[in-house]
Amino acid sequence: MTFNQKITSLHLDVLKEIGNIGAAHAATALSNLLGKKIDMRVPKVEMVSFNDMMELAGGSENVVVGIFLRIEGDAEGSMFFILPIEQANRFIRRLIYDESFDFKKPPVSELGLSAMQEMGNILSGSYLSALSDFTNLKIYPTVPGLSVDMFGAIISIGLIELSHVSDNVIVINTSIFEDGVEDHETVRGHFFLLPDPDSFDAIFKALGVS
Amino acid sequence: MINSSGQVIKVGIAQMDVAKLPNTIRTSGLGSCVGVILYDESKKIAGLIHVMLPDSSLGRSETINVAKFADTGILGMIDLLKLEGVQKFKLKAKIAGGAQMFQFSSDKDSMRIGPRNVEAVKSELKRQGIPLIAEDTGGNSGRTIEFNPATSTLHIRTVNQGVSEI
Repeated sequence: MTFNQKITSLHLDVLKEIGNIGAAHAATALSNLLGKKIDMRVPKVEMVSFNDMMELAGGSENVVVGIFLRIEGDAEGSMFFILPIEQANRFIRRLIYDESFDFKKPPVSELGLSAMQEMGNILSGSYLSALSDFTNLKIYPTVPGLSVDMFGAIISIGLIELSHVSDNVIVINTSIFEDGVEDHETVRGHFFLLPDPDSFDAIFKALGVS
Repeated sequence: MINSSGQVIKVGIAQMDVAKLPNTIRTSGLGSCVGVILYDESKKIAGLIHVMLPDSSLGRSETINVAKFADTGILGMIDLLKLEGVQKFKLKAKIAGGAQMFQFSSDKDSMRIGPRNVEAVKSELKRQGIPLIAEDTGGNSGRTIEFNPATSTLHIRTVNQGVSEI
């Protein structure tokens, strides 16, 4: 049986629950950090082709702020927090009280960069600790890396592990948006969780659906 | 990026395609991946491969997508170009990509996949006797590239360094 055929709709539901728990905690942490209501959508769990993956955050050339970290331990994978530039600017300006901060105008201030890093740390930490509590799996995040660049260039590092076994990727995608912003219906940011192929067994086993 | 009467042929990640005059060929958002152009100057024809992994022996699936790997991708492209009447000894190459998008310490090999992809592409080109005319590789920026078979020029766009040509 190929990797893709092993995944059933029950499995996808379980992964959705994982996304729900992790991202809900991260959204709460983000709300607290910013003193602002952050909403999230029920995560979507999809098996998509690499090229469809490129469309999930506006196309491979779309310039975004990306936080990336590896998950290590009982289950491994890659995690991304992707924000459109305007949204990231708004968050960081609010955090460092500097209205002139702009990711579009490098070199950007060290303070803004480290605020973004710290946001990545807090969000990924809360996402993953919720996940770890829920599954009883020991998982450790690496220190997040930050890049302001084309979405395709950023996300492709997360496709490397899966690309060894498949041309598709299972992506746990939770959208977050800021409450009270005029076009708040527009999706603003994404958490992408991309488990490594060998980790699915560990996750399903931990949740009793192996 | 290029004004011409032709169309732009778009190549996705782990895909490949061929463009003839007056068309151009393009792939966007290259990070650790490497864009490999094989072209015949006299026939004004070019192939582009968006390589994701260095070596097909890394593949663990039953069927492989040849365009995904440096070794099988270059071989596959040579075959495609032969079908278009191109002779292998006339081929030249230009490459771009292989960046390291994130700087952090991890033991995982996949974290330095960019440089490994570049090495693998170069050694396969060497094995096939195809001269590498120009390259824009490494660094930590994403690239969008477009090749124009009419002029054999590779246009490279990055987010912070603007547009360059090789």
